Amino acid sequence: MISQLTVFLANEKGRLAAICRTLADADINMKALFIADTADFGIVRIFCDTPRRATEVLTEAGFRATVTPVIAVSVADEPGTLARLVGFCEDASMNIEYGYCFSVSGQTAIDVLKIEEEGAEAVLAEAGFKVLAPEEVYEVDPS
Amino acid sequence: MAVYFQPEIETMPREELRELQLERMRESLRNAYENVELYRERFDEAGVTPDDLTCLEDLQKFPFVVKQDMRDAYPFGMFARENADVARIHASSGTTGQATVVGHTAADLKNWGDCFARGIAMVGGTKDSTVQVSYGYGLFTGGLGAHAGAEAMGCTVIPTSSGNTKRQIQMMKDCKTDILCCTPSYALLIADTAIEMGYDPATEFPISGGIFGAEPCSENMREEIAEKLGLQYCDVYGLSEIMGPGVAMECAERGGLHIAEDQFYCEIVDPETLEVLPDGEVGELVITTLTRECSPMIRYRTRDVTTINAEMCACGRTHRKIGRLLGRTDDMLIIRGVNVFPSQIEQVITDFPEIATQYQIILTTRGPLDHVELQVETEPDFPIDEVRKLEDLRSRLAAALKSNLQVAVDIKFVEPKTIARSEGKAKRVIDLRGETN
Repeated sequence: MISQLTVFLANEKGRLAAICRTLADADINMKALFIADTADFGIVRIFCDTPRRATEVLTEAGFRATVTPVIAVSVADEPGTLARLVGFCEDASMNIEYGYCFSVSGQTAIDVLKIEEEGAEAVLAEAGFKVLAPEEVYEVDPS
Repeated sequence: MAVYFQPEIETMPREELRELQLERMRESLRNAYENVELYRERFDEAGVTPDDLTCLEDLQKFPFVVKQDMRDAYPFGMFARENADVARIHASSGTTGQATVVGHTAADLKNWGDCFARGIAMVGGTKDSTVQVSYGYGLFTGGLGAHAGAEAMGCTVIPTSSGNTKRQIQMMKDCKTDILCCTPSYALLIADTAIEMGYDPATEFPISGGIFGAEPCSENMREEIAEKLGLQYCDVYGLSEIMGPGVAMECAERGGLHIAEDQFYCEIVDPETLEVLPDGEVGELVITTLTRECSPMIRYRTRDVTTINAEMCACGRTHRKIGRLLGRTDDMLIIRGVNVFPSQIEQVITDFPEIATQYQIILTTRGPLDHVELQVETEPDFPIDEVRKLEDLRSRLAAALKSNLQVAVDIKFVEPKTIARSEGKAKRVIDLRGETN
Protein backbone atom coordinates (compact mmCIF):
# COMPACT_ATOMS: atom_id res chain seq x y z
CA MET A 1 0.00 0.00 0.00
CA ILE A 2 1.14 3.52 -0.58
CA SER A 3 0.22 6.62 1.39
CA GLN A 4 -1.97 9.27 -0.12
CA LEU A 5 -2.40 12.63 1.57
CA THR A 6 -6.09 13.52 1.97
CA VAL A 7 -7.25 17.01 2.94
CA PHE A 8 -10.77 18.23 3.74
CA LEU A 9 -11.40 21.70 2.34
CA ALA A 10 -14.29 24.10 2.52
CA ASN A 11 -15.49 24.83 -1.01
CA GLU A 12 -14.33 28.41 -0.80
CA LYS A 13 -12.06 30.72 -2.71
CA GLY A 14 -8.40 30.46 -1.75
CA ARG A 15 -8.50 27.24 0.26
CA LEU A 16 -6.66 25.13 -2.34
CA ALA A 17 -4.06 27.84 -2.74
CA ALA A 18 -3.61 27.81 1.03
CA ILE A 19 -2.71 24.12 1.20
CA CYS A 20 -0.43 24.35 -1.82
CA ARG A 21 1.36 27.28 -0.24
CA THR A 22 1.71 25.45 3.07
CA LEU A 23 3.23 22.41 1.35
CA ALA A 24 5.49 24.60 -0.78
CA ASP A 25 6.74 26.44 2.31
CA ALA A 26 7.60 23.06 3.85
CA ASP A 27 9.47 22.17 0.67
CA ILE A 28 7.25 19.19 -0.08
CA ASN A 29 7.00 18.18 -3.74
CA MET A 30 3.68 16.99 -5.13
CA LYS A 31 3.50 14.35 -7.86
CA ALA A 32 -0.22 14.53 -8.49
CA LEU A 33 -3.36 16.17 -7.06
CA PHE A 34 -7.05 15.34 -7.54
CA ILE A 35 -10.15 16.96 -6.14
CA ALA A 36 -13.50 15.37 -5.39
CA ASP A 37 -15.90 18.24 -4.93
CA THR A 38 -19.41 18.57 -3.51
CA ALA A 39 -21.55 21.67 -3.16
CA ASP A 40 -19.86 22.92 -0.02
CA PHE A 41 -16.72 20.93 0.57
CA GLY A 42 -13.97 19.25 -1.38
CA ILE A 43 -11.74 16.27 -0.67
CA VAL A 44 -8.26 16.83 -2.04
CA ARG A 45 -6.16 13.74 -2.68
CA ILE A 46 -2.47 14.30 -3.14
CA PHE A 47 0.51 12.20 -4.08
CA CYS A 48 3.58 13.81 -2.61
CA ASP A 49 6.94 13.13 -1.02
CA THR A 50 7.01 12.36 2.71
CA PRO A 51 3.20 12.13 3.04
CA ARG A 52 3.32 11.68 6.82
CA ARG A 53 5.33 14.85 7.27
CA ALA A 54 2.98 16.63 4.85
CA THR A 55 0.01 15.60 7.03
CA GLU A 56 1.74 16.89 10.14
CA VAL A 57 2.60 20.19 8.45
CA LEU A 58 -0.99 20.70 7.28
CA THR A 59 -2.54 19.66 10.61
CA GLU A 60 -0.22 22.06 12.38
CA ALA A 61 -1.43 24.81 10.03
CA GLY A 62 -5.03 24.05 11.02
CA PHE A 63 -6.16 21.85 8.13
CA ARG A 64 -8.00 18.58 8.51
CA ALA A 65 -5.47 16.26 6.82
CA THR A 66 -4.89 12.54 7.04
CA VAL A 67 -2.89 9.76 5.40
CA THR A 68 -4.97 7.24 3.44
CA PRO A 69 -3.60 3.88 2.29
CA VAL A 70 -4.29 3.27 -1.42
CA ILE A 71 -3.03 0.87 -4.07
CA ALA A 72 -0.84 2.10 -6.95
CA VAL A 73 -0.41 -0.06 -10.02
CA SER A 74 2.11 0.67 -12.76
CA VAL A 75 0.73 0.06 -16.23
CA ALA A 76 1.85 0.69 -19.79
CA ASP A 77 0.70 4.07 -21.07
CA GLU A 78 -1.46 2.67 -23.85
CA PRO A 79 -5.15 1.98 -24.55
CA GLY A 80 -6.80 -0.84 -22.58
CA THR A 81 -4.52 -1.15 -19.56
CA LEU A 82 -6.93 0.54 -17.15
CA ALA A 83 -9.85 -1.43 -18.61
CA ARG A 84 -7.95 -4.63 -17.89
CA LEU A 85 -7.18 -3.60 -14.31
CA VAL A 86 -10.71 -2.53 -13.32
CA GLY A 87 -12.16 -5.45 -15.26
CA PHE A 88 -10.08 -7.76 -13.09
CA CYS A 89 -11.36 -6.03 -9.94
CA GLU A 90 -14.91 -6.53 -11.13
CA ASP A 91 -14.33 -10.21 -11.81
CA ALA A 92 -12.72 -10.59 -8.38
CA SER A 93 -15.72 -8.79 -6.76
CA MET A 94 -13.51 -6.05 -5.40
CA ASN A 95 -15.41 -2.77 -4.99
CA ILE A 96 -13.51 0.33 -6.05
CA GLU A 97 -14.25 3.30 -3.76
CA TYR A 98 -12.52 5.73 -6.10
CA GLY A 99 -9.59 5.84 -8.49
CA TYR A 100 -7.55 8.08 -10.72
CA CYS A 101 -4.64 7.76 -13.15
CA PHE A 102 -1.68 9.77 -14.28
CA SER A 103 1.25 9.26 -16.67
CA VAL A 104 4.69 9.41 -15.18
CA SER A 105 6.77 9.25 -18.35
CA GLY A 106 6.30 8.50 -22.01
CA GLN A 107 5.76 4.79 -21.50
CA THR A 108 4.15 4.20 -18.13
CA ALA A 109 1.18 5.40 -16.13
CA ILE A 110 0.08 4.91 -12.53
CA ASP A 111 -3.45 3.78 -11.75
CA VAL A 112 -4.42 4.56 -8.17
CA LEU A 113 -7.29 2.66 -6.58
CA LYS A 114 -9.00 2.77 -3.20
CA ILE A 115 -10.51 -0.67 -2.71
CA GLU A 116 -12.73 -1.58 0.21
CA GLU A 117 -11.79 -5.25 0.51
CA GLU A 118 -8.83 -6.24 2.67
CA GLY A 119 -6.01 -7.97 0.87
CA ALA A 120 -6.83 -6.46 -2.53
CA GLU A 121 -3.20 -5.51 -3.08
CA ALA A 122 -2.01 -9.12 -2.69
CA VAL A 123 -4.73 -10.37 -5.03
CA LEU A 124 -3.63 -7.88 -7.71
CA ALA A 125 0.05 -8.74 -7.30
CA GLU A 126 -0.73 -12.44 -7.52
CA ALA A 127 -2.64 -11.86 -10.75
CA GLY A 128 0.50 -10.33 -12.24
CA PHE A 129 -0.27 -6.63 -11.90
CA LYS A 130 2.76 -4.50 -11.09
CA VAL A 131 1.83 -3.12 -7.69
CA LEU A 132 4.13 -0.28 -6.68
CA ALA A 133 5.94 0.13 -3.39
CA PRO A 134 6.03 3.58 -1.74
CA GLU A 135 9.69 4.24 -2.64
CA GLU A 136 8.87 3.68 -6.30
CA VAL A 137 6.35 6.53 -6.26
CA TYR A 138 7.61 9.17 -3.84
CA GLU A 139 10.25 9.95 -1.27
CA VAL A 140 9.18 7.99 1.82
CA ASP A 141 9.08 9.39 5.33
CA PRO A 142 12.13 8.55 7.40
CA SER A 143 10.95 5.90 9.85
CA MET B 1 -13.67 17.64 55.61
CA ALA B 2 -16.53 20.09 55.45
CA VAL B 3 -19.52 18.76 53.58
CA TYR B 4 -21.48 21.98 53.85
CA PHE B 5 -20.30 25.55 54.02
CA GLN B 6 -23.23 26.76 56.18
CA PRO B 7 -24.84 23.55 57.49
CA GLU B 8 -27.39 25.29 59.70
CA ILE B 9 -28.78 27.15 56.66
CA GLU B 10 -28.27 24.57 53.94
CA THR B 11 -29.95 21.74 55.85
CA MET B 12 -32.56 23.85 57.68
CA PRO B 13 -35.90 21.98 58.04
CA ARG B 14 -38.26 23.16 55.30
CA GLU B 15 -40.88 24.64 57.62
CA GLU B 16 -38.26 26.70 59.37
CA LEU B 17 -36.83 27.73 56.01
CA ARG B 18 -40.24 28.88 54.79
CA GLU B 19 -40.67 30.95 57.94
CA LEU B 20 -37.30 32.54 57.35
CA GLN B 21 -38.24 33.21 53.73
CA LEU B 22 -41.55 34.85 54.72
CA GLU B 23 -39.89 37.09 57.27
CA ARG B 24 -37.17 38.13 54.83
CA MET B 25 -39.61 38.53 51.93
CA ARG B 26 -41.68 40.99 53.92
CA GLU B 27 -38.51 42.90 54.76
CA SER B 28 -37.42 42.88 51.12
CA LEU B 29 -40.83 44.10 49.89
CA ARG B 30 -40.68 46.87 52.45
CA ASN B 31 -37.16 47.83 51.36
CA ALA B 32 -38.32 47.99 47.74
CA TYR B 33 -41.56 49.81 48.48
CA GLU B 34 -40.04 52.41 50.76
CA ASN B 35 -36.85 53.13 48.84
CA VAL B 36 -37.53 52.58 45.13
CA GLU B 37 -40.05 54.77 43.36
CA LEU B 38 -40.77 52.21 40.65
CA TYR B 39 -41.88 49.60 43.20
CA ARG B 40 -43.97 52.10 45.14
CA GLU B 41 -45.82 53.11 41.95
CA ARG B 42 -46.29 49.54 40.76
CA PHE B 43 -47.48 48.25 44.15
CA ASP B 44 -49.87 51.20 44.50
CA GLU B 45 -51.22 50.56 41.01
CA ALA B 46 -51.78 46.90 41.89
CA GLY B 47 -53.36 47.93 45.19
CA VAL B 48 -50.91 46.03 47.39
CA THR B 49 -48.55 46.98 50.19
CA PRO B 50 -45.86 44.87 51.89
CA ASP B 51 -48.30 44.33 54.78
CA ASP B 52 -50.55 42.28 52.46
CA LEU B 53 -48.01 39.47 52.52
CA THR B 54 -49.22 36.95 55.07
CA CYS B 55 -47.82 33.81 53.47
CA LEU B 56 -45.28 33.09 50.70
CA GLU B 57 -48.03 32.44 48.16
CA ASP B 58 -49.30 36.01 48.65
CA LEU B 59 -46.32 37.09 46.57
CA GLN B 60 -48.49 36.27 43.53
CA LYS B 61 -50.47 39.46 44.23
CA PHE B 62 -47.38 41.57 43.52
CA PRO B 63 -46.40 42.82 40.04
CA PHE B 64 -43.46 41.52 38.02
CA VAL B 65 -40.39 43.47 37.00
CA VAL B 66 -38.52 42.84 33.76
CA LYS B 67 -35.13 43.73 32.34
CA GLN B 68 -36.61 46.70 30.47
CA ASP B 69 -37.58 48.25 33.83
CA MET B 70 -33.90 48.16 34.79
CA ARG B 71 -32.85 49.67 31.47
CA ASP B 72 -35.39 52.47 31.89
CA ALA B 73 -34.10 53.09 35.42
CA TYR B 74 -30.47 53.27 34.23
CA PRO B 75 -28.26 53.82 36.05
CA PHE B 76 -29.45 54.11 39.67
CA GLY B 77 -33.24 54.35 39.43
CA MET B 78 -33.80 51.01 41.13
CA PHE B 79 -31.23 51.42 43.90
CA ALA B 80 -32.65 51.28 47.43
CA ARG B 81 -29.47 52.71 48.96
CA GLU B 82 -27.58 55.97 48.82
CA ASN B 83 -24.13 56.09 47.26
CA ALA B 84 -22.42 56.04 50.67
CA ASP B 85 -23.75 52.54 51.30
CA VAL B 86 -22.99 51.14 47.85
CA ALA B 87 -19.79 49.12 47.86
CA ARG B 88 -19.65 48.08 44.22
CA ILE B 89 -21.61 48.13 41.01
CA HIS B 90 -21.79 45.50 38.30
CA ALA B 91 -23.40 45.84 34.90
CA SER B 92 -24.73 43.50 32.26
CA SER B 93 -22.96 43.57 28.92
CA GLY B 94 -25.71 45.56 27.23
CA THR B 95 -25.24 43.66 23.96
CA THR B 96 -28.98 43.56 23.44
CA GLY B 97 -29.72 47.11 24.51
CA GLN B 98 -28.97 49.63 27.23
CA ALA B 99 -26.73 48.15 29.93
CA THR B 100 -28.30 47.46 33.32
CA VAL B 101 -26.55 48.45 36.51
CA VAL B 102 -26.86 46.62 39.81
CA GLY B 103 -25.54 47.88 43.15
CA HIS B 104 -24.15 45.84 46.01
CA THR B 105 -23.73 46.93 49.62
CA ALA B 106 -20.99 45.35 51.75
CA ALA B 107 -23.62 42.99 53.20
CA ASP B 108 -24.81 42.08 49.67
CA LEU B 109 -21.24 41.19 48.70
CA LYS B 110 -20.81 39.07 51.82
CA ASN B 111 -24.02 37.15 51.12
CA TRP B 112 -22.89 36.61 47.54
CA GLY B 113 -19.58 35.15 48.68
CA ASP B 114 -21.44 32.81 51.04
CA CYS B 115 -23.77 31.59 48.26
CA PHE B 116 -20.87 30.79 45.95
CA ALA B 117 -18.81 29.22 48.76
CA ARG B 118 -21.60 26.66 49.26
CA GLY B 119 -20.86 25.46 45.71
CA ILE B 120 -17.16 25.21 46.46
CA ALA B 121 -18.08 22.87 49.33
CA MET B 122 -20.30 20.91 46.94
CA VAL B 123 -17.26 19.98 44.84
CA GLY B 124 -15.30 19.06 47.98
CA GLY B 125 -13.51 22.37 48.46
CA THR B 126 -12.22 23.51 51.86
CA LYS B 127 -10.01 26.33 53.07
CA ASP B 128 -7.07 24.18 52.00
CA SER B 129 -8.20 24.27 48.37
CA THR B 130 -6.69 26.35 45.59
CA VAL B 131 -9.32 27.94 43.37
CA GLN B 132 -8.47 29.27 39.91
CA VAL B 133 -10.93 31.88 38.67
CA SER B 134 -10.85 31.96 34.88
CA TYR B 135 -14.06 33.89 34.49
CA GLY B 136 -13.50 37.41 33.21
CA TYR B 137 -13.02 39.97 35.99
CA GLY B 138 -14.77 43.28 35.60
CA LEU B 139 -18.33 44.51 35.25
CA PHE B 140 -19.30 40.92 34.39
CA THR B 141 -20.19 39.19 37.67
CA GLY B 142 -18.45 35.87 36.94
CA GLY B 143 -14.90 36.69 37.98
CA LEU B 144 -15.51 38.68 41.14
CA GLY B 145 -18.43 36.45 42.19
CA ALA B 146 -16.33 33.29 42.10
CA HIS B 147 -13.48 35.21 43.70
CA ALA B 148 -15.71 36.28 46.62
CA GLY B 149 -16.87 32.68 47.09
CA ALA B 150 -13.34 31.34 47.21
CA GLU B 151 -12.33 34.04 49.69
CA ALA B 152 -15.39 33.36 51.88
CA MET B 153 -14.33 29.71 52.04
CA GLY B 154 -10.78 30.79 52.87
CA CYS B 155 -9.27 29.19 49.78
CA THR B 156 -6.13 30.24 47.97
CA VAL B 157 -7.36 32.18 44.94
CA ILE B 158 -5.58 32.33 41.59
CA PRO B 159 -7.28 35.23 39.81
CA THR B 160 -6.17 34.44 36.24
CA SER B 161 -9.33 35.93 34.67
CA SER B 162 -10.06 34.68 31.15
CA GLY B 163 -7.68 34.56 28.19
CA ASN B 164 -4.03 33.61 27.72
CA THR B 165 -5.00 29.95 27.82
CA LYS B 166 -1.52 28.43 27.81
CA ARG B 167 -0.53 30.47 30.84
CA GLN B 168 -3.77 29.39 32.56
CA ILE B 169 -2.73 25.78 32.05
CA GLN B 170 0.79 26.44 33.32
CA MET B 171 -0.63 28.01 36.51
CA MET B 172 -3.11 25.19 36.90
CA LYS B 173 -0.34 22.64 36.75
CA ASP B 174 2.42 24.45 38.67
CA CYS B 175 0.25 26.01 41.40
CA LYS B 176 -1.79 22.82 41.85
CA THR B 177 -5.26 24.18 41.22
CA ASP B 178 -7.97 22.07 42.90
CA ILE B 179 -11.04 23.86 41.59
CA LEU B 180 -11.53 25.75 38.33
CA CYS B 181 -14.26 28.36 37.82
CA CYS B 182 -15.12 29.56 34.30
CA THR B 183 -17.62 29.26 31.45
CA PRO B 184 -18.14 25.71 30.10
CA SER B 185 -16.88 26.64 26.61
CA TYR B 186 -13.73 28.08 28.14
CA ALA B 187 -13.27 24.97 30.32
CA LEU B 188 -13.40 22.88 27.14
CA LEU B 189 -10.88 25.16 25.44
CA ILE B 190 -8.57 24.86 28.46
CA ALA B 191 -8.92 21.06 28.41
CA ASP B 192 -8.28 20.81 24.66
CA THR B 193 -5.34 23.19 24.80
CA ALA B 194 -3.78 21.28 27.71
CA ILE B 195 -4.11 18.06 25.73
CA GLU B 196 -2.60 19.76 22.64
CA MET B 197 0.30 20.86 24.85
CA GLY B 198 0.93 17.20 25.59
CA TYR B 199 -0.63 16.92 29.06
CA ASP B 200 -3.31 14.60 30.30
CA PRO B 201 -4.95 16.96 32.80
CA ALA B 202 -7.29 14.22 34.05
CA THR B 203 -4.38 12.24 35.48
CA GLU B 204 -1.47 14.67 35.62
CA PHE B 205 -3.15 17.71 37.22
CA PRO B 206 -4.44 17.71 40.83
CA ILE B 207 -7.68 19.45 39.78
CA SER B 208 -10.75 17.68 41.20
CA GLY B 209 -13.64 20.13 40.93
CA GLY B 210 -15.03 22.63 38.46
CA ILE B 211 -17.72 25.28 38.84
CA PHE B 212 -18.99 26.23 35.42
CA GLY B 213 -21.78 28.56 34.38
CA ALA B 214 -22.88 31.76 32.62
CA GLU B 215 -23.77 30.00 29.36
CA PRO B 216 -25.72 26.92 28.29
CA CYS B 217 -23.93 23.57 28.21
CA SER B 218 -25.30 20.27 26.96
CA GLU B 219 -25.12 17.06 28.96
CA ASN B 220 -22.55 15.60 26.58
CA MET B 221 -20.38 18.70 26.63
CA ARG B 222 -20.30 18.67 30.43
CA GLU B 223 -19.35 15.01 30.40
CA GLU B 224 -16.58 15.78 27.94
CA ILE B 225 -15.27 18.56 30.21
CA ALA B 226 -15.51 16.40 33.35
CA GLU B 227 -13.73 13.53 31.63
CA LYS B 228 -10.98 15.54 29.95
CA LEU B 229 -10.13 17.48 33.12
CA GLY B 230 -10.93 14.63 35.54
CA LEU B 231 -13.21 16.57 37.87
CA GLN B 232 -16.63 16.82 39.51
CA TYR B 233 -18.70 19.24 37.46
CA CYS B 234 -20.77 21.77 39.40
CA ASP B 235 -23.25 23.74 37.33
CA VAL B 236 -23.77 27.24 38.71
CA TYR B 237 -26.70 29.51 37.99
CA GLY B 238 -26.79 33.22 38.45
CA LEU B 239 -27.56 36.46 36.72
CA SER B 240 -26.18 39.91 37.26
CA GLU B 241 -29.65 41.45 37.73
CA ILE B 242 -30.22 39.24 40.78
CA MET B 243 -26.65 38.94 42.10
CA GLY B 244 -24.31 36.92 39.89
CA PRO B 245 -23.16 33.31 39.97
CA GLY B 246 -24.29 31.45 43.10
CA VAL B 247 -28.07 31.89 42.99
CA ALA B 248 -28.23 28.10 42.55
CA MET B 249 -25.47 25.48 42.51
CA GLU B 250 -25.30 21.78 41.77
CA CYS B 251 -24.27 19.24 44.44
CA ALA B 252 -22.60 15.86 43.83
CA GLU B 253 -26.01 14.15 43.60
CA ARG B 254 -26.69 16.14 40.42
CA GLY B 255 -30.24 16.26 39.08
CA GLY B 256 -30.57 20.00 39.56
CA LEU B 257 -29.09 23.05 41.25
CA HIS B 258 -29.90 23.91 44.89
CA ILE B 259 -31.33 27.42 45.02
CA ALA B 260 -29.92 29.50 47.88
CA GLU B 261 -33.44 29.65 49.27
CA ASP B 262 -32.54 31.64 52.34
CA GLN B 263 -31.60 34.46 49.94
CA PHE B 264 -33.90 33.96 46.94
CA TYR B 265 -37.50 32.92 46.46
CA CYS B 266 -38.18 31.23 43.13
CA GLU B 267 -41.40 30.76 41.21
CA ILE B 268 -42.08 29.15 37.82
CA VAL B 269 -44.66 30.97 35.70
CA ASP B 270 -46.26 30.34 32.35
CA PRO B 271 -44.54 32.93 30.11
CA GLU B 272 -47.79 33.61 28.24
CA THR B 273 -50.40 33.76 31.03
CA LEU B 274 -47.96 34.63 33.88
CA GLU B 275 -49.82 32.16 36.11
CA VAL B 276 -47.65 30.51 38.77
CA LEU B 277 -47.13 26.83 37.93
CA PRO B 278 -46.75 23.96 40.42
CA ASP B 279 -43.32 22.46 41.16
CA GLY B 280 -42.14 20.19 38.36
CA GLU B 281 -43.72 22.11 35.49
CA VAL B 282 -41.69 23.84 32.80
CA GLY B 283 -41.92 27.61 32.64
CA GLU B 284 -40.12 30.88 33.16
CA LEU B 285 -38.10 31.28 36.34
CA VAL B 286 -39.14 34.30 38.42
CA ILE B 287 -36.88 35.34 41.30
CA THR B 288 -37.50 37.53 44.33
CA THR B 289 -34.45 38.55 46.33
CA LEU B 290 -34.84 38.13 50.09
CA THR B 291 -31.73 39.80 51.47
CA ARG B 292 -30.43 42.16 48.78
CA GLU B 293 -30.15 45.66 50.22
CA CYS B 294 -29.11 47.89 47.33
CA SER B 295 -30.92 46.29 44.39
CA PRO B 296 -33.93 44.39 45.71
CA MET B 297 -35.69 42.54 42.90
CA ILE B 298 -39.33 41.63 43.40
CA ARG B 299 -40.64 38.97 41.02
CA TYR B 300 -37.95 39.49 38.41
CA ARG B 301 -38.74 37.62 35.19
CA THR B 302 -35.43 35.97 34.32
CA ARG B 303 -36.50 34.75 30.84
CA ASP B 304 -34.81 31.46 31.75
CA VAL B 305 -36.90 28.39 31.10
CA THR B 306 -36.60 25.59 33.68
CA THR B 307 -38.42 23.59 36.36
CA ILE B 308 -38.34 23.51 40.18
CA ASN B 309 -37.84 20.19 41.90
CA ALA B 310 -38.97 20.01 45.54
CA GLU B 311 -37.92 16.40 46.18
CA MET B 312 -35.53 15.88 49.06
CA CYS B 313 -31.93 15.57 47.91
CA ALA B 314 -29.70 12.73 49.12
CA CYS B 315 -26.97 15.27 49.91
CA GLY B 316 -28.99 16.46 52.92
CA ARG B 317 -29.58 20.00 51.69
CA THR B 318 -33.21 21.02 52.09
CA HIS B 319 -33.22 23.83 49.53
CA ARG B 320 -35.26 23.11 46.41
CA LYS B 321 -33.52 22.66 43.07
CA ILE B 322 -33.96 24.18 39.66
CA GLY B 323 -33.50 21.80 36.73
CA ARG B 324 -31.14 22.29 33.82
CA LEU B 325 -31.93 25.46 31.89
CA LEU B 326 -33.96 24.50 28.86
CA GLY B 327 -33.37 27.79 27.10
CA ARG B 328 -34.25 31.44 27.41
CA THR B 329 -37.63 32.78 26.49
CA ASP B 330 -35.87 35.50 24.48
CA ASP B 331 -33.21 33.20 22.97
CA MET B 332 -36.00 31.10 21.64
CA LEU B 333 -35.75 31.10 17.88
CA ILE B 334 -38.92 31.18 15.89
CA ILE B 335 -38.07 29.38 12.67
CA ARG B 336 -40.85 29.05 10.12
CA GLY B 337 -43.27 29.52 12.98
CA VAL B 338 -41.76 26.76 15.10
CA ASN B 339 -40.24 27.48 18.53
CA VAL B 340 -36.67 26.19 18.66
CA PHE B 341 -34.17 26.44 21.52
CA PRO B 342 -30.48 26.30 20.50
CA SER B 343 -30.00 23.79 23.35
CA GLN B 344 -32.23 21.32 21.47
CA ILE B 345 -29.90 21.51 18.45
CA GLU B 346 -26.90 21.02 20.70
CA GLN B 347 -28.54 17.98 22.29
CA VAL B 348 -28.96 16.35 18.87
CA ILE B 349 -25.38 17.12 17.84
CA THR B 350 -23.96 15.59 20.98
CA ASP B 351 -25.70 12.31 20.13
CA PHE B 352 -23.29 12.10 17.18
CA PRO B 353 -19.80 11.19 18.42
CA GLU B 354 -18.41 11.83 14.91
CA ILE B 355 -19.25 15.52 15.25
CA ALA B 356 -17.23 17.97 17.36
CA THR B 357 -19.16 19.79 20.10
CA GLN B 358 -18.57 23.24 18.63
CA TYR B 359 -21.25 24.37 16.22
CA GLN B 360 -22.82 27.47 14.76
CA ILE B 361 -26.31 28.17 13.49
CA ILE B 362 -26.73 30.68 10.67
CA LEU B 363 -30.25 31.95 10.06
CA THR B 364 -31.07 33.68 6.78
CA THR B 365 -34.12 34.38 4.70
CA ARG B 366 -34.51 32.71 1.32
CA GLY B 367 -37.47 34.23 -0.44
CA PRO B 368 -40.33 34.21 2.05
CA LEU B 369 -38.86 31.36 4.12
CA ASP B 370 -36.40 31.14 6.98
CA HIS B 371 -33.34 29.10 6.14
CA VAL B 372 -31.26 27.36 8.80
CA GLU B 373 -27.67 26.37 8.18
CA LEU B 374 -25.86 24.39 10.83
CA GLN B 375 -22.08 24.47 10.62
CA VAL B 376 -20.28 21.57 12.24
CA GLU B 377 -16.82 20.02 12.26
CA THR B 378 -16.09 16.30 12.19
CA GLU B 379 -13.92 14.82 14.93
CA PRO B 380 -10.24 14.45 13.91
CA ASP B 381 -10.47 10.66 13.57
CA PHE B 382 -13.44 10.74 11.19
CA PRO B 383 -12.51 9.16 7.80
CA ILE B 384 -12.67 12.34 5.71
CA ASP B 385 -11.23 10.49 2.72
CA GLU B 386 -14.61 8.98 1.95
CA VAL B 387 -17.19 11.39 0.57
CA ARG B 388 -19.82 8.66 0.99
CA LYS B 389 -19.29 8.54 4.76
CA LEU B 390 -19.50 12.32 5.03
CA GLU B 391 -22.71 12.39 3.00
CA ASP B 392 -24.11 9.56 5.09
CA LEU B 393 -23.27 11.41 8.32
CA ARG B 394 -24.86 14.54 6.91
CA SER B 395 -28.12 12.81 6.06
CA ARG B 396 -28.33 11.01 9.42
CA LEU B 397 -27.75 14.27 11.29
CA ALA B 398 -30.28 16.12 9.12
CA ALA B 399 -32.89 13.43 9.78
CA ALA B 400 -32.28 13.54 13.55
CA LEU B 401 -32.59 17.34 13.59
CA LYS B 402 -35.72 17.28 11.47
CA SER B 403 -37.46 14.80 13.74
CA ASN B 404 -36.35 16.60 16.89
CA LEU B 405 -37.03 20.20 15.88
CA GLN B 406 -39.72 19.79 13.23
CA VAL B 407 -37.66 22.16 11.09
CA ALA B 408 -35.42 21.28 8.13
CA VAL B 409 -31.78 22.19 8.69
CA ASP B 410 -29.04 22.42 6.05
CA ILE B 411 -25.81 20.93 7.36
CA LYS B 412 -22.48 22.27 6.29
CA PHE B 413 -19.21 20.61 7.25
CA VAL B 414 -16.52 23.18 7.87
CA GLU B 415 -12.77 22.98 8.35
CA PRO B 416 -11.32 22.65 11.85
CA LYS B 417 -11.27 25.81 13.97
CA THR B 418 -13.60 27.64 11.56
CA ILE B 419 -15.98 27.95 14.48
CA ALA B 420 -14.33 30.09 17.10
CA ARG B 421 -13.63 28.49 20.48
CA SER B 422 -14.71 31.33 22.65
CA GLU B 423 -12.90 32.74 25.63
CA GLY B 424 -16.15 34.11 27.00
CA LYS B 425 -19.73 33.43 26.01
CA ALA B 426 -19.95 31.32 22.85
CA LYS B 427 -21.80 32.88 19.93
CA ARG B 428 -23.82 29.94 18.68
CA VAL B 429 -26.51 31.65 16.66
CA ILE B 430 -25.97 34.18 13.91
CA ASP B 431 -29.32 35.57 12.85
CA LEU B 432 -29.05 37.36 9.50
CA ARG B 433 -32.78 37.37 8.89
CA GLY B 434 -34.09 40.81 8.12
CA GLU B 435 -30.80 41.88 6.56
CA THR B 436 -30.89 42.55 2.85
CA ASN B 437 -30.03 39.56 0.72
